[in-house]
Amino acid sequence: MAAQLLGDMGAEVIKVESRVRLDGLRLGRPMIGEDIAGGDRGLWPELQPLFHSLNRNKLSVTLNLKTADGLRLALDLIARSDVVLNNYSPGVLKRLGLDYPELRRVRPDIVLVSMPSVGETGPLRDILAYAPIIQALSGLMSMVGYQEDEPLVGELQSPWSDSVSSVQAALAVVAALWHRSRTGEGQSIEVAQLEATTSMLGEALLDYQMTGSVAQPKGNYDSEFAPHNNYPCDGDDKWVAIAVRTEEEWRGFCQALGSPDWAIDGRFKDRYGRLQHHADLDRHVGEWTRGRSPVEITEILQGYGVAAMPVMNIEDQFMDPHLRERQAFAEVEHPHLGAEWLYGMPWLLSGTPGSIRTAAPLVGQHNEYVLGHLLGLPAEEMERLQAEQVIY
Amino acid sequence: MEWGNFVSGPFCGKVLAELGAQVIKVEPPLLGDDSRRHGPFPSHIPDPERSGLFLFANINKRGLTLDPAKASGRRILDSLLDSADIFLENQTPDLMNRLALDYESLKIRHPGLIVTSITPYGLTGPYAGHRGYDLTANALGGLSFGTGYPHREPLTTPMYQASFLAGVAAAFATVVALLGRNMTGQGQQVDVAEAQVISVLLSGYHLPTYIYRGVAGWRSGNRMRLGLFPNCVLPCKDGYVCIDAPQLEQYQRFLSLMQDQDWTQNPRYRNRRAMSEEYPEEAEALITPWFMQHTKEEILRICLENRVPCAPVRNIDEVLDDDQLNSRDYFQDLDHPEAGTLRYPGPAYRLSETPCRNVRPAPTLGQHNVEILCGELGMEPSELTGLARAGVI
Repeated sequence: MAAQLLGDMGAEVIKVESRVRLDGLRLGRPMIGEDIAGGDRGLWPELQPLFHSLNRNKLSVTLNLKTADGLRLALDLIARSDVVLNNYSPGVLKRLGLDYPELRRVRPDIVLVSMPSVGETGPLRDILAYAPIIQALSGLMSMVGYQEDEPLVGELQSPWSDSVSSVQAALAVVAALWHRSRTGEGQSIEVAQLEATTSMLGEALLDYQMTGSVAQPKGNYDSEFAPHNNYPCDGDDKWVAIAVRTEEEWRGFCQALGSPDWAIDGRFKDRYGRLQHHADLDRHVGEWTRGRSPVEITEILQGYGVAAMPVMNIEDQFMDPHLRERQAFAEVEHPHLGAEWLYGMPWLLSGTPGSIRTAAPLVGQHNEYVLGHLLGLPAEEMERLQAEQVIY
Repeated sequence: MEWGNFVSGPFCGKVLAELGAQVIKVEPPLLGDDSRRHGPFPSHIPDPERSGLFLFANINKRGLTLDPAKASGRRILDSLLDSADIFLENQTPDLMNRLALDYESLKIRHPGLIVTSITPYGLTGPYAGHRGYDLTANALGGLSFGTGYPHREPLTTPMYQASFLAGVAAAFATVVALLGRNMTGQGQQVDVAEAQVISVLLSGYHLPTYIYRGVAGWRSGNRMRLGLFPNCVLPCKDGYVCIDAPQLEQYQRFLSLMQDQDWTQNPRYRNRRAMSEEYPEEAEALITPWFMQHTKEEILRICLENRVPCAPVRNIDEVLDDDQLNSRDYFQDLDHPEAGTLRYPGPAYRLSETPCRNVRPAPTLGQHNVEILCGELGMEPSELTGLARAGVI
């Protein structure tokens, strides 16, 4: 994802892969269904939709880095690159002879980025960790749940730490390129995913030091807001988020509801009272929301200057005119799947906007362009290396 | 120049400052940033100079009080923007338009300026004018829908994490714009919507599941759905652990740790996809007893030795004590004139040539007014009295 973010913003990204061990996201039975796959298992690595989002705009070369020739070609490519980005386990680059000192020999101003789970050093260095495990170690997971005395929920249904680390790594890359533009100097960057996740939890870490409280799950309660919750609406699993902070917003909220008797109850008169009695307040609000749709409530409350928004699932988002207009989804032509929807742009820049220029590459799709054209490898040499499973 | 408030704008400024940017933070006179009233406070005693959220999100910045809505405030802001590379803000779009501080107005005088706006929903689109906070951004972003139990209300992300991530995202997009300026000589507008960052970079993972399997969303409590068993949070002797072992070898190494493995011969428990999607409670009940016999630290040690992807759910006090983080000197002690010495989490990355450094703690309110207005803009100290009286600074 880090490389994809850079690719979206205009970088030419060469993905080095190999049939010896394909990118994990290319493996397994694709979710697109047997009819589309046409029963051809050999096509499976090309039919993985998530891979297509994460690898759009990239070029693919297949190099077997376990061969001397494969390594040499990789170094030739690195010599022509600004950045090398990897998320292998600690020690792998060094074993391959591709660690920072080696890369600097072929490209003195190279920017090397590594993204180990918990770091290249330390007692847990070799831990096997996917995003949820990083979230567990960071402390974030301990705060995900309804209340302190209920079983912990813990999981977010999306790989939070992967995305967080990717954005942070992409930021470190462009910061390093900015430094290089002023000094000519490259550098080596380590983005430990655990540290990237923990770096955003300062409030809880300071809370413990200042008050001795260990952060606990607290549902949707927030000490700044009341009401502040996702409220049940008309329909199956339909919810609306409502957040009221200021007195002005509270007055708007009461008006929007037609100033019901309960709202002018002295208990809810000021924010302190509303926070004290937030459970009762939530009950009253829920009674009002229950008979209405999330969209209807959002329109009513926003009309009175109150923050409200439907709690959207991916279908709601996909159909949402706002996210559509802001290019949160993109349709891209894939050679095997035809028109395919991918996630789109996470941010909008007026002068140098990002773009999706090409679909994710097929395995080795750009061997000819990258190795033949960019590196100038003669055709007969390419053939030999293919036969020897170096380009493989 | 940062005119940020609460989390997303300030954290973006913090991240850029940590990377070496000189950040001047503009705060409203007298009141300051809202996060000064948020806390946590030492011993729970409110004090705008000792709010943990403010102290954390504003490290390394210099602080200036200024009201850009007043004519003299605007003149000062414009003078400061003359020599700035970036103007970063997360005010409401409505306010920025009213004050003619939107990009189109700013670029007339400051064509090279990069203007980064972070808002809940963005500066364009049907919801551009809508009011929003972290809760509603998470709702539109789709992260809330999936968090929690199926029969209960969806849960927003704790500790304003959507706003924090949007801050980092905005920092990336801003530095991209700086690199763009190297090539074009032009500034530009960077429009970052908290909801969109979450929608694309997190909910985007679910798009194929929706398109190809018709699954629009779910909540599944302590377990991840649509994968291979086990991928869940389970109780252990002294807390919780998280296990996520998709690869067959990982799962087999995990099973080999358990005494009772007879159940693994039952065909019902050989289909890991069905165990994850169809009867997860039943499947989890088979492995929970092993976890309940061990403590978090025992489980961490055993799973590390046996290469099983499983780790304790750390509580926040345990994170501060964590050997892994501490062996790498991750936390950084920083002394603040009012709040004293506290341990702050470090940056997300380690750069070999331009390491992140803490130059100063978060500013006290208006701490650098004299330094900036007199020292850098050349104003007379006597002018500051008048500006203060008029509520401009």
